[in-house]
Amino acid sequence: MNKMRNDNDNLNLYWKENLQYLVILLSIWFLISYGCGIMFADVLNTIKVGGFPLGFWFAQQGSIYVFLVLIFVYVVLMNKLDKKYNVDEK
Amino acid sequence: MDQLQIWTFLIVGLTFLLYIGVAIWARAGSTKEFYVAGGGVSPLANGMATGADWMSAASYLSMAGLISFTGYGGSQYLMGWTGGYVLLALLLAPYLRKFGKFTIPDFIGERYYSKQARLIALLCAIFISFTYVVGQMKGVGVAFARFLEVPFTTGILIGIAIVFFYAVLGGMKGITYTQVAQYCVLIFAFTVPAVFISLQMVGNPIPQLGMGGTLEDGTYLLDKLNQLSTDLGFHEYTTMGMDDRVNVFFITAALMFGTAGLPHVIVRFFTVPKVRDARKSAGYALLFIALLYTTAPAIATFARTNLIQTVSNQPYAEMPSWFTKWERAELLQFEDKNNDGIIQYVADPTVNELIIDRDIIVLANPEIANLPAWVIALVVAGGLAAALSTAAGLLLVIATSISHDLLKNYLKPDISEKGELIAARVAIAVAVIGAGLAGMNPPGFVAQVVALAFGLAASSFFPAIILGIFDKRMNKEGAMAGMIIGILFTTVYIWYFKPQLGGPGTPEGYWFGIKPEGIGTLGMLINLVVSLVVSRLTPAPSAKVQEIVEDIRVPSGAKTPVHAH
Repeated sequence: MNKMRNDNDNLNLYWKENLQYLVILLSIWFLISYGCGIMFADVLNTIKVGGFPLGFWFAQQGSIYVFLVLIFVYVVLMNKLDKKYNVDEK
Repeated sequence: MDQLQIWTFLIVGLTFLLYIGVAIWARAGSTKEFYVAGGGVSPLANGMATGADWMSAASYLSMAGLISFTGYGGSQYLMGWTGGYVLLALLLAPYLRKFGKFTIPDFIGERYYSKQARLIALLCAIFISFTYVVGQMKGVGVAFARFLEVPFTTGILIGIAIVFFYAVLGGMKGITYTQVAQYCVLIFAFTVPAVFISLQMVGNPIPQLGMGGTLEDGTYLLDKLNQLSTDLGFHEYTTMGMDDRVNVFFITAALMFGTAGLPHVIVRFFTVPKVRDARKSAGYALLFIALLYTTAPAIATFARTNLIQTVSNQPYAEMPSWFTKWERAELLQFEDKNNDGIIQYVADPTVNELIIDRDIIVLANPEIANLPAWVIALVVAGGLAAALSTAAGLLLVIATSISHDLLKNYLKPDISEKGELIAARVAIAVAVIGAGLAGMNPPGFVAQVVALAFGLAASSFFPAIILGIFDKRMNKEGAMAGMIIGILFTTVYIWYFKPQLGGPGTPEGYWFGIKPEGIGTLGMLINLVVSLVVSRLTPAPSAKVQEIVEDIRVPSGAKTPVHAH
């Protein structure tokens, strides 16, 4: 196997792992905002956390916090992945 | 001149001096500095600048008011205008940064190896940015007029002069560093009153927690507000109407995908040094945006409760001074229908005696809570910072589209770097003045279309960029067909169902009950399907183009944008 071929395999694996991260993180993104914040908001509103009905909290506060966490988790995961496949910027 | 006016002139004057100072310090010397700030902005500074660029007069002045009067219904804006940053960070920013050019038309033109595709993207970018910026200039005019008590036209002229100065001089570099200063001003101004009011009402200095806190009598604030709302016949604050679900869903999605497709947002990620900085920068941007976006619903809750308790069933003669002040500005209107001298503020329009303009919530909030004059003056400076920073970012996109995409890459490829820089400055000057004039006398449609710019961005750019990165087989035929059909469908639907635009449609005719504000989501799906089908029926892109796609998928070997084609 020459080096060229090796590089390509490597990059394919890198891309595949990246896609796996994307699928997982974007599923959470969808579930929290469209799920908890919209589709199941009424059901969740029957649960109270402190003074907040839960569905309302997800729609006006929680979803935004989750978005933030998702981005920074992706930053950390990708920085590791870049190193693992040796494709990070020097 | 009263004390409030003195404070206003003082604080607004100081902030303007700050912006001008920053602009002189950061003026641009090359096209690279003019378009992408030299590609050397730190992710943290870029995140702040993106936040200021993103948060317009609408976010700052109108959003909390909108939530205040719609309760749960306002959530679509909160989620819609933040969730798009997840898409940006995960699906777009790092790849576009790796691609390493200046504009979206650059990407579309090169990835789809076609001048026509570049031209379509260019027209979409100008159309979207211009509708958006005219609304901003109008906002600048209204803000100046109201705060400095000058005529509306004078207000716009002051706005034009300020933006003209630092955008023409500094380009992206000047704009970016001014926006960092503007972000600091606007977030400070937005949160200070919120902290004070949260302390007053629930004894908690953090508004985000305060809105779930308890009042003096031990009841939860939100329970109290629900009670007050339903007693007066309004919708319960924390729940959504059953018929709203489809539209909340579609409008949220249109705003999210639109955010990720707006040219003035995407271009920010060309300004950071590395691919990993692009990811991080999107995270910082959302962090800085979230500070305001999580505070806004708290302000909405506090203000709504305060307002109802202050006015409802109270004698008109005993209203505080802010009431008469906003009455004079015609943003509050009281009509004593049953002549009892008491304000009946209820949902039923035949009995209701008080009409309140939503926009006063943020402005009147500090006064309603009896905060000192300097806090109110600070809110004014924040509103102006929000309007100016967004207008500047949009104008730069328009100018870049003309000087770089149209002139350099389409009409006159042999133009020198110096010539292009002059052209860029002339283009931005023309754009500032054009947007200002249009803002003075906005064609009726502009105000209506501003929010719909998101639908247009979602239905044109978002799929073309995503497919360009994630689908190697996507070719120019597919992308062009998708963009044209997506944006045409969305534009026609909006026109048809917006009576303000002269369209003949009525709400009964809505497809699946979707309002025009949410149709961009369907337009985007149509774009995706058309692109995929057409691309599979036409020849695959060349091996060279497929190599470009492979290359942008990995961070290593990224260069700062170079000015050569």
